[in-house]
Amino acid sequence: MEYALQTINVSKVYDSDGSAIRAVDDVSIEVARGEFVALVGPSGSGKTTLLAMLAGLLRPTSGTILIDGKDLGKMSDAQRTAFRKQKIGFTFQSNNLVPYLTAQENVELMLRLNGRLDGAGKERARELLDRLGLGERLNSLPRKLSGGQQQRVAIARALIHDPAVVLADEPTASLDTERAFQVVESFSEIIREQNRAGIMVTHDLRMVRYTDRVIQMRDGRVERIVSDPAEIEAIATVGHMDALTMPLFAAAPQPVLTVA
Amino acid sequence: MAVYLALKEIWRARGRFLLVSLVIALITMLVLFVAGLAEGLGAGNREFLEKLDADLVVYQAKTELQTTTSRIGTSKLNELRRVDGVKDVGPIGLSNASLLYEGAAEPLNISIIGVDPGQPGEPPVFEGENFRTRRASEAVIDRNVAVRTGIQVGDTITIKSIQGTDEQFYPLTVVGVTDGRQNFLQPSVILPYRTWDKVRPQGIPGGDPNAELVANIVAVQLDDPAQWEQMAARIQTEAPDFEAVDRVTAYKATPGYKEQQRTLDTQRYFALLIGILVIGGFFQILTLQKVAQIGMLKAIGASNRVIGLASIMQITAITFLGVAIGAVATLLLSFGFPPDFPIVFAPNATGLAVLSLLLIGPLGGLVSVRYSLRVEPLTALGLAQ
Repeated sequence: MEYALQTINVSKVYDSDGSAIRAVDDVSIEVARGEFVALVGPSGSGKTTLLAMLAGLLRPTSGTILIDGKDLGKMSDAQRTAFRKQKIGFTFQSNNLVPYLTAQENVELMLRLNGRLDGAGKERARELLDRLGLGERLNSLPRKLSGGQQQRVAIARALIHDPAVVLADEPTASLDTERAFQVVESFSEIIREQNRAGIMVTHDLRMVRYTDRVIQMRDGRVERIVSDPAEIEAIATVGHMDALTMPLFAAAPQPVLTVA
Repeated sequence: MAVYLALKEIWRARGRFLLVSLVIALITMLVLFVAGLAEGLGAGNREFLEKLDADLVVYQAKTELQTTTSRIGTSKLNELRRVDGVKDVGPIGLSNASLLYEGAAEPLNISIIGVDPGQPGEPPVFEGENFRTRRASEAVIDRNVAVRTGIQVGDTITIKSIQGTDEQFYPLTVVGVTDGRQNFLQPSVILPYRTWDKVRPQGIPGGDPNAELVANIVAVQLDDPAQWEQMAARIQTEAPDFEAVDRVTAYKATPGYKEQQRTLDTQRYFALLIGILVIGGFFQILTLQKVAQIGMLKAIGASNRVIGLASIMQITAITFLGVAIGAVATLLLSFGFPPDFPIVFAPNATGLAVLSLLLIGPLGGLVSVRYSLRVEPLTALGLAQ
């Protein structure tokens, strides 16, 4: 089976004052098209470093990363930049949008970067923003939008150019609970509808209920992968900022699940 | 793409960029005024010698090329004429006096210049006609006098000079107007040589009729102007009482000319340096404020080429706008200057100043462009250190 995203024994080692720090250690994961995966773990567990490598922003020390079947390790820096704008959608924790472009212009930016902006593209950007509840804010500059609205514009931008993989770094970090749920729900729906592979790094375990799998990392390694929908729902129900609660919950009594 | 990003940001943050442009405009005004002043003061000093219709200017030997100390008796002119290769010579007398004219609140200080009609040194007349004789009570005024006084061809002017210890007044008819011929920063009135000798300040009123006519310098035309260097050497060999130089050397020897130009050039270069630092500083601050945004753009796939070009285009556009505003403002302000204000916007000097101003923007902005190219896309994830 060809995955939209696949890592094979990927490691990233930093040198710090002569000693090697393994930020990511021998990670092998796969994400198929139409699948939305949460990457969770405590701070320093290697989530963001792994995300940076998946985006081609960092080269792994060892291992292979395949996006849509293409090996990122065999690409030059310029090729990876070009590949990123074509095949990868990205949303960040903050500073997501270009402040001097309107919501619609920010979404169209990915099409411009790819030289594919035409009338149909503009229309698609409008539809996507409308779908995300921003139909009335197309011409608003980011400073006129709330944090949740800005995240939704960023999601639209990450999806507009038909990427194989969409990466989201803490998309709900600066949002209140209600908006956070709205944003991730919309995100997951579109990921599945458009048959993309989505990976979301999050500290907020309540958000994992919208994902198909939860990958927990600790000390650079994949500690646990949860695919069972009931178990995912249970994790989300207990929901805690600290991912350390996850192993505890795995051993928690069944009634919690039945209540959920 | 780069154009799109550059122009969108300029338009949406137009207040901020306009502020930078206005600072550039002020620097432009400063540089253009200093350049205009350098040109105006320089022209005021050199105009007469620069426009002289002579291939060589001859001074009395050992007078350090100073027109005020050089004295050449007209009887010696034949020595110059006899030098092989000399086509023609014309004595020129230079002195100062005051000009009285109808409607003047106070006399105008002028340079009075005596020239031999029909000989080298007589300026071309653009309005009216040339002198009829060496003794005519006639005057040709330069454009500066005409502009500042309103005197026209056919008007009568009076030149006042101190002779002995008394003021003497000489009425003359203006027969022609020539172009700008300032000498020592004073507008000029050109007189026939004999008339000049009578009018100029001297010990005996009207001059000693038995004394030999004395010129300050001699305008020399050559058979082959291209040979001026060899001819200057030959004149000094065959007529050792003289020192011959070209016009550029002559006006550069004017007292204070080089020092004045060096001072003004230093001011101009310093203003340009300030411009580079100010513009560089502005764009560096703007770039520092945009580090996260640049990192995000790179993370989503914008290449360094796009980021760099957008940055260069912004700097160039803002610099052009600032220089344009500054140049127009300088031009408008210059219309309000009095005619005797020594500022001249010569096409070459002004063009060079504008060109150097257009270059200082990109030059000053190079550091910020380099900085923006070095921003890592990992910044968007908070990973770059």
